[in-house]
Amino acid sequence: MTSLPTQPTAKKLGLVIDLDVCVGCHACVVNCKEWNTGGYGSALSDQDPYGADVSGAWLNRVHTFEVMPQGGEIVGEAGEARIVHFPKSCLHCEDAPCVTVCPTGASYKRAEDGIVLVDEDKCIGCGLCAWACPYGAREMDLAAGVMKKCTLCIDRIYNETMEEVDRQPACVRTCPANARHFGDFSDPQSAVSIMVMERGGMDLMPEQGTRPVNKYLPPRPRKSLAASAAASPLAEDTEGAKGFFAWLDGVLDRI
Amino acid sequence: MHPAPSIIVFTTLSGLGYGLAALLGLGVLDPSLVATKIAHVLALLLIAAGLASSTLHLGNPQRAWRALSQWRSSWLSREGVMAILTFVPLLWSAWAAVIESRYLMLPGLLGTLFAGITVYCTAMIYASLKSVQAWHTPLTPLCYLLFAASGGALLGLFFAASSGGPLLLLSVMAVVFTAAAWTAKLAWRRNMDAMAPLSTPESATGLGDIGKVRLFERPHMTENYLTREMGFRIARKHAGKLRQLSLLSGGVVPAVIALVLPIAGSDGGLIAALAMALAVAAHVLGMLAERWLFFAEARHAVMNYYGG
Ligand code: SF4
Ligand code: SF4
Ligand code: SF4
Repeated sequence: MTSLPTQPTAKKLGLVIDLDVCVGCHACVVNCKEWNTGGYGSALSDQDPYGADVSGAWLNRVHTFEVMPQGGEIVGEAGEARIVHFPKSCLHCEDAPCVTVCPTGASYKRAEDGIVLVDEDKCIGCGLCAWACPYGAREMDLAAGVMKKCTLCIDRIYNETMEEVDRQPACVRTCPANARHFGDFSDPQSAVSIMVMERGGMDLMPEQGTRPVNKYLPPRPRKSLAASAAASPLAEDTEGAKGFFAWLDGVLDRI
Repeated sequence: MHPAPSIIVFTTLSGLGYGLAALLGLGVLDPSLVATKIAHVLALLLIAAGLASSTLHLGNPQRAWRALSQWRSSWLSREGVMAILTFVPLLWSAWAAVIESRYLMLPGLLGTLFAGITVYCTAMIYASLKSVQAWHTPLTPLCYLLFAASGGALLGLFFAASSGGPLLLLSVMAVVFTAAAWTAKLAWRRNMDAMAPLSTPESATGLGDIGKVRLFERPHMTENYLTREMGFRIARKHAGKLRQLSLLSGGVVPAVIALVLPIAGSDGGLIAALAMALAVAAHVLGMLAERWLFFAEARHAVMNYYGG
């Protein structure tokens, strides 16, 4: 059934991604592929896997952006530009356009927890849902001919055969920087809701009207280049040297 | 957007087929003439070929029947349902014309109505996508409908010219619909050229508050499904030339031929039929170029993440 749930879903499960903390290591990308190629649905195939033109279906990808602050100083090529690593996977939108366009009923949003899934036995691989998603969160598996997308590791988060600590999406569990958090956004007391409130968590492309569940925490403000430069001592100036360095300064001057 | 040949051929052929079927449904061509019987068969063949071509890009075509189930929410599903429903009056009309040499008003008009609805559904598949801003306008279904009418009238005029049908009426229809279609299409192009992008790298990343956002590194070095499917970019100078060619071949040439026929006092015959065959061929070529541009020029919001 590709009509969206008429009521708000009982839970709103999703991710918080902290753009201040992510170091762009791609561990979440690799662990996502590793888990999901053997988990829910068909394997995540690669085409020409060992060749020059390798490509394949991935459910989580890390882009890297450069942001130039307004009025930022341009030194050389970068200056005050900031590098922001930007992981992106399905945002499990509340008004998911990918779901309503699906002609077969393969795409659906679960009423109980809001997770957006593809029933691969129904999918005809028409690709329309990937066109409808403005975020590029759906990729066709060219070997199986069905649409793949993030399942929020539905086969982990409810999996009672796993230890409690592992009942998290693979990307969250593996992130070495703790940049990814999983939780229920319908509960205002949940850790993810509090994080979003305190750090001004934001929606991607709110103008597309999709109402994403996943939220992104913006990078914290940074000192300007000039302010940071004043704090670092200049190597040529030995004026204020004390103790061992004052002695070394003297000795080196004498020889 | 990647201009996939199967979809371009599908929308062009089925548009032409439904246009011709809609025209035949109005009963302006004499069903006792061989040309009209051929026209009925041709309309069905064009529609069937178009539909067959549309299944070529599916990953699992053997389950295509499932696409009929979600007509409540999905325009693609509605299109599938309407395409099948439309065959009922069209086959009925074709039977009456080909076998019994009769025009039946009820299936005729139903066929015209259903053909229009089917073309509308096809167009709405594209027009309903907010992620592709150029398509997301009521002008999109208007263009599809008028182009189908234009193609149908031109084909109708061809059959009238080859068999002594009502030349003047069909000539007027062909010229009016062709002119209307291109007026709508030029408005569509102006709309696309003038629009400020709904989504930008700034809104896509949420980093606009800090400053100007530029892609620094893609997630991987090679192409992926998304960049292949949605990352198509056409050089501006080529787009400009193709736009003019599509207008010339798909609009000006066929309209001028359709206009000249009755003015030259032709009442059908070999020369008139050949001229109209040329007009139809030019129209089809122009439509293929127009559909190719429809995809090639449209930008998908996801490219904000891929620096395109
Ligand atoms: S991010 Fe894309 S695929 Fe995921 S729910 Fe939203 S629109 Fe659908
Ligand atoms: S590719 Fe599959 S899930 Fe996506 S719209 Fe088509 S049938 Fe539905
Ligand atoms: S694992 Fe964590 S730090 Fe590494 S790219 Fe993913 S989100 Fe960023």
